[in-house]
Amino acid sequence: MTFAITRMMAPVPVVGNPLPIGGGAEKITIRKLNFYYGDHCALKDINVSLYAKKVMAFIGPSGCGKSTFLRVLNRIYDLYPNQRAEGEVLLDGKNILAADQDLNLLRARVGMVFQKPTPFPMTIYENIAFGVRLYERLSKSELDGQVEQALRRAAIWEEVKDKLNANGLSLSGGQQQRLCIARTIAVKPEVILLDEPCSALDPIATAKIEELIDELKNDYTIVIVTHNMQQAARVSDFTAFMYLGEMIEFNTTTFIFTNPENRRTQDYITGRFG
Amino acid sequence: MTEHTIRAFDADLQALARMISEMGGLAEKQVIDAIRSLDRLDVAMARRIIADDAKINGIQHEIEEKVILTIARRQPMAADLREIVAALRISNDLERIGDLAKNIAKRVSVLDNDIQLRQVMRGVEHMADLALVALKNVLDSYIRRDVEKAVAVWRGDEEIDAVNNSLLRELLTYMIEDPRNIGICIHLMFCIKNIERMGDHATNIAENVYHMVEGKMLPDDRPKGDLTSLISAPIETKRKSP
Repeated sequence: MTFAITRMMAPVPVVGNPLPIGGGAEKITIRKLNFYYGDHCALKDINVSLYAKKVMAFIGPSGCGKSTFLRVLNRIYDLYPNQRAEGEVLLDGKNILAADQDLNLLRARVGMVFQKPTPFPMTIYENIAFGVRLYERLSKSELDGQVEQALRRAAIWEEVKDKLNANGLSLSGGQQQRLCIARTIAVKPEVILLDEPCSALDPIATAKIEELIDELKNDYTIVIVTHNMQQAARVSDFTAFMYLGEMIEFNTTTFIFTNPENRRTQDYITGRFG
Repeated sequence: MTEHTIRAFDADLQALARMISEMGGLAEKQVIDAIRSLDRLDVAMARRIIADDAKINGIQHEIEEKVILTIARRQPMAADLREIVAALRISNDLERIGDLAKNIAKRVSVLDNDIQLRQVMRGVEHMADLALVALKNVLDSYIRRDVEKAVAVWRGDEEIDAVNNSLLRELLTYMIEDPRNIGICIHLMFCIKNIERMGDHATNIAENVYHMVEGKMLPDDRPKGDLTSLISAPIETKRKSP
């Protein structure tokens, strides 16, 4: 047996490198996307892949282009004059920015829920049935089934099943938001866009929506814009940090919130942003 | 790094770093005094060391509370989160180092001034010096966020292990020489083991400093030289038949 002092001078190997990006199948692939409000360029050369049945969170300070990015994904910007997108947004390989894209079909495939709950001024039942009727011809009982299923999936059925004929606007803020999510999923979309879905809600209603997002990602691709970083950390699989219209960093949520590569990302998520 | 928008958050982090420094200073002093009391067989000093351990434990509790409160209040992310978790872990290691010094002090009163064993003390002192240098350097690396220094401590622990091995072999020969030495030798063996453990805690701290600064872990397979689990006394294997 020897007791010689041996010193290991090999370079220090390091474990815990960034997880490889790659969340499986790409649902939406964005290439060289630029977006303009008139002459103002609001999104600059965005290249990113959004993965099927994953939750992608977009964070960044106000005016960084997160909501604009979301508005491109279902071309809702088309409703407004002087707004245009350049580049490619491939949904299952097909460019949705193409002139021949059927916008009604696109918006059925890519549903959207807004910051403020926006139920239609009609009954809870009609809020759901209205959209379904546009896309499917169903008997009364089939339609009843679809409405119930959507409300159940949005985790609001138990709260509204006895008052389906009450006005949607009579519900609380959190319930209205879940009603809007139910309305979105009733038309069987593939992608759900959530623009600050919890900013007007209390913590309990927020928790219910987050629980719902966790549930929904088994079937849908979800893109969420949020100012609440803890929320992004809790609900998403991938996180993108945007700043002044550019995508600064995109990585797994674990990596972004524990060891981001970019200095600006680090400053933003640790509350050091000037 | 630039300041937080909420400046009270910076104050929280600075307070934590200050408490770790204070705790580290106390732990260093306890180790120095423990070795001195062992060398001089100074029972009064040993008693004081035993009493002073409560101070280190007290700071550790304060750090734990501050960490929990800061996490609850600030929801730290990225580098901030790593810094806070590192403070919690490092305080744990420093508390253990304090306990090990206290354990050495407890043994002082039962040792007597055996001349032969005084020779071993030179080796113990040398080993303690190595552990103290490691502790000092690793605390420096924490304060300065100096990754290179932390990695040097992490690597240097092998030297402490090597001295540990040779001292234990030496004690073993004294025990074989005269069984009346066994009692004292076992106490000294524990003292030596305690110092070796201090070195290990210093490497733990080095790993935490590395993670805090770099956001990555050092690998598990640190160079190790502690072979004492393999040392055995020669024993008669063949018995004479009656």
